[in-house]
Order: sequence, then C-alpha cells, then structure tokens
Amino acid sequence: MHELGRYLLDSFLGTLTDVLPIVLVILCFQLLVIRRRIPNLRRTVLGFVYVIIGLSLFLVGLEEALFPLGEAMAKQLTDPAFIYAGIEAIGGAVRWQDYYWIYLFAAAIGFATTVAEPSLIAVAIKANEVSGGVIRPWGLRTAVALGVAFGIALGTYRIVTGTPLQYYIIAGYVLVLVQTIFAPRMIIALAYDSGGVTTSTVTVPLVTALGLGLASTIPGRSVLVDGFGLIAFASLFPMITVMGYAQLSEWQARRGHKSENP
Amino acid sequence: MKTSSGLLRAFMESTRDLLPIVIVVAFFQIAVLRQPFPELLDLLTGLFLVILGLTLFVQGLEMGLFPIGESMAYAFARKGSVSWLLAFAFLLGFGTTVAEPALIAVTKKAAQVAAEGGFIHHGEVAREGYADGLRYTVAFSVGLAIVIGVLRILRGWPLHYLIIGGYCGVVIMTLFAPPEIVGIAYDSGGVTTSTITVPLVTALGVGLASSIKGRNPMVDGFGLIAFASLMPMIFVMIYGAII
Repeated sequence: MHELGRYLLDSFLGTLTDVLPIVLVILCFQLLVIRRRIPNLRRTVLGFVYVIIGLSLFLVGLEEALFPLGEAMAKQLTDPAFIYAGIEAIGGAVRWQDYYWIYLFAAAIGFATTVAEPSLIAVAIKANEVSGGVIRPWGLRTAVALGVAFGIALGTYRIVTGTPLQYYIIAGYVLVLVQTIFAPRMIIALAYDSGGVTTSTVTVPLVTALGLGLASTIPGRSVLVDGFGLIAFASLFPMITVMGYAQLSEWQARRGHKSENP
Repeated sequence: MKTSSGLLRAFMESTRDLLPIVIVVAFFQIAVLRQPFPELLDLLTGLFLVILGLTLFVQGLEMGLFPIGESMAYAFARKGSVSWLLAFAFLLGFGTTVAEPALIAVTKKAAQVAAEGGFIHHGEVAREGYADGLRYTVAFSVGLAIVIGVLRILRGWPLHYLIIGGYCGVVIMTLFAPPEIVGIAYDSGGVTTSTITVPLVTALGVGLASSIKGRNPMVDGFGLIAFASLMPMIFVMIYGAII
C-alpha cells in the first residue's frame, strides 16, 4: 500500500507536467489576447482538476494491474516453448498458422483496449453531440475497436511472416482513398480522426510489448526493425472500418427506404 | 452539478468500458496459458483505480476541457484575428507534444536504431542529440499540422485533398528514408496525440466550424487529429533521411 501511494504521487506529478504546458498556453492567450473572463471559471477549473486526478488514477491502475499482466501474457504467448510445444510432437516445421493464439490475442487485446481508450471516448461524445445523436458513441467505438483488432492481428501476421511493412500500409492507404470517394461526406473527417485517437494511453504499451516480444522470438526478425509498426496498423484500419460502418448504414437505410416505397 | 445517481451511472459506464479487457485477460490467463492470477488483490485494486479514474476523467472532460476549447474557439472567431488563432494553434500542438512521455520513449528507441544502423556515432551524446532533435521535429510538425488544420476550417478547403496529399508525402518519403526508420516513423504518428490534447483540439475544431458561417461542424470540425497524426510521419522520415 505504501508503494501504491508513491506511484500515485509520481503519476499525479507526471500528469501535472503533461497538463502544465496546455494550461500555460490557454492562460496566456486568455489573459493577453482574448482578455475576457473564462465563462464558468470555477466549473472549468474543477473540470481540469477532475481530469488531472482521473488520469493519474487511471494510469496508476493500469500500471499496477493491467500492464504487468498484459505484458507477461504477451511474453508467454510469444515464448517458443509455448508456441512450439504442440509442433515438436508432430515433428513438422513452424508455419505461420502455428501462431494462431497470438493473432487471436492481438485482435482481442486490440479491441478491448480501444474500447477503454479515454481519448476515443472523448471524440465519441463530441461526435454524438455534433451529429445530433445520429452517430451513437457506442457504435463509433465498436467500429473503431474492430478496426484496431483487425489491424493488430494483421500486424502480428506481418511480423511472423516478415513481409515489408510499407506494402501493407500503402495498400491500406489506397483502400482509404477509394473509400473516401464513396463514403458519405459527413463521416470522412471523423473517420480520419478516429485513426489518430485509438492509439494512446491504454493501447500503445500493451501493443508495443506484443510487437517487441514477437519480433524477439521469431528467428530472423530484428526487434528494432520488425518490432515497430503495430501502432501504424492500429491507426490505419479504424479509418477503413469507420467509413465502412457509415457506408453500411447508408446502404441499409437506402434499402429500407426502397422496400417502403416500391 | 451532477447528482450522485448521475455519478453512479457514469461509474457503471466506465465499468462497462473496462469489461472487455477484464474478459480478454481472464480468458487468456485461465483457458490458454492455464495459470492462476498472481496477486489478485493488487489486480482488483488497480482495476478499481482505473474505473474510478476514467469516471473522473469523463466528468472533467465535459466540465473543463470541452467548454474551454469551445469558448476559446468562439472568442477567436469573434475577435477575427487569424494570426493570433494560428499562433495559438501552433503552440497548442507544439506544447502538448514536446513533453509527451510516449514521444520521449519513441525517440530514444529511434536513436538506438540509428546508432545500430551506423547513421550516428555510438555514444551517449550523439544518441541524446539525435533523440532531442527528433522530438523537436515531431513537436514542430504537430504544431504545423494543427495550424494547417485550423486554416482548412477557416478557408473551407476539402479535407480529403489535404489528407491524400499527405499520404502521397508519406509514400514518397518512404522511398527515400532509410528503411530502419520507417517503422518508427509510422508509429510516431500514433503516439503524438495524447489524452488531453485530443479533447481540447476536437473542441477547438468543432467550436471554430460552428462559429464560422457556412461551415458544418460535422464535415469541417473534425480532422485536426488526422493532420496531427499524419505530419509527424513525414517529418520523422525527412529527419531520418537528412541525418
């Protein structure tokens, strides 16, 4: 418990130094350029206090509970003893299919951490507000989380097979471009944004541990070159799924409309 | 002010948000790895802190971060001073990125890669110099990204042309950058947008788009984050190619 107290203090100070530059920039401009009182000053300050305390608690909890376990898991799942246990018995060579537990873990942890990502929650709340309730927070978050799940699973497959990262990313970009032409205009900006917000506090440490663990286990992979790139997958695929989600709901609405007026 | 029942509901929502992680971790621990949970009490304490923290964060978001982002957007729009707005946009992007812990971690890794690849000397000083240079490059690129994003909202440029242009930049730079840096460059796009920056920048964009005539907050308000994750990729590769 004593250690927990120290963690809390560390995390609180860390969050504070993170917020400080933002508060300084806001204060400077508010006082020198805008020269107007901040509306609801007390409420706003209280909100900032909530954000700082909340984020510190969140980070401490993650570091206490989830990160050690998740990282240990990534290590165990990528351990040769675990992967090759079943294969040596048959006496065959290792194929990419033999890593199925890793793909599954990658997808599951990608989905689960994205759902809990605070910045995605923020964007989902805002999108719901701005769209007048048309874009449901939970629907958007599920679409993004599915994208991350697929992206990270594909990213681990890339590390296992050792194919160049660029091909996947460029192919993904081409798909994004094609979808941009056909997707409803309303969703495009939000879809682009959702790529960037998925990867922060919760997702990055766990996914990085998985990538580095995997790259260090598989023969012929360099940790420094192949271990990276999972985050890029995690920010690319949500764009595709969010636009896909919008296209699907538009298509359904159109079909429903047609069957009503034959 | 929220009543206690509102807080309780917020707490339940955070619990629901965390549930998938609990299920995934429990499933893999019990069914796949077949191991007992180490230090279950610590685990539960940690989980409780995470849920409590998330609840407070979401409350603070709606009370502090969103309103201040929007009220500043309105104030700038009323004042009509584009240069001050752009200065604010740049500082917001630069200031929030330069001290970001995730970015510091990534730049250290990148310096290690560069040293192993033989681009810079092995040695503490050379590596630190490389890492710092990279960090300022990324922070500058995020500041620039927010400036371009704000200009786009003001002028009403279509987002997808700019993003497509940016992607072409990424693809072209991929050809010229040393292959060792490419993975890190791609990842650096994802790590720059922190949990506090995202709500502020989103509120700023939406606030600007709703206070300027002829802009739709849904179509024009979003997109700032997209720039902030695209630009660093290009700049990190330029940095890797030059040095």
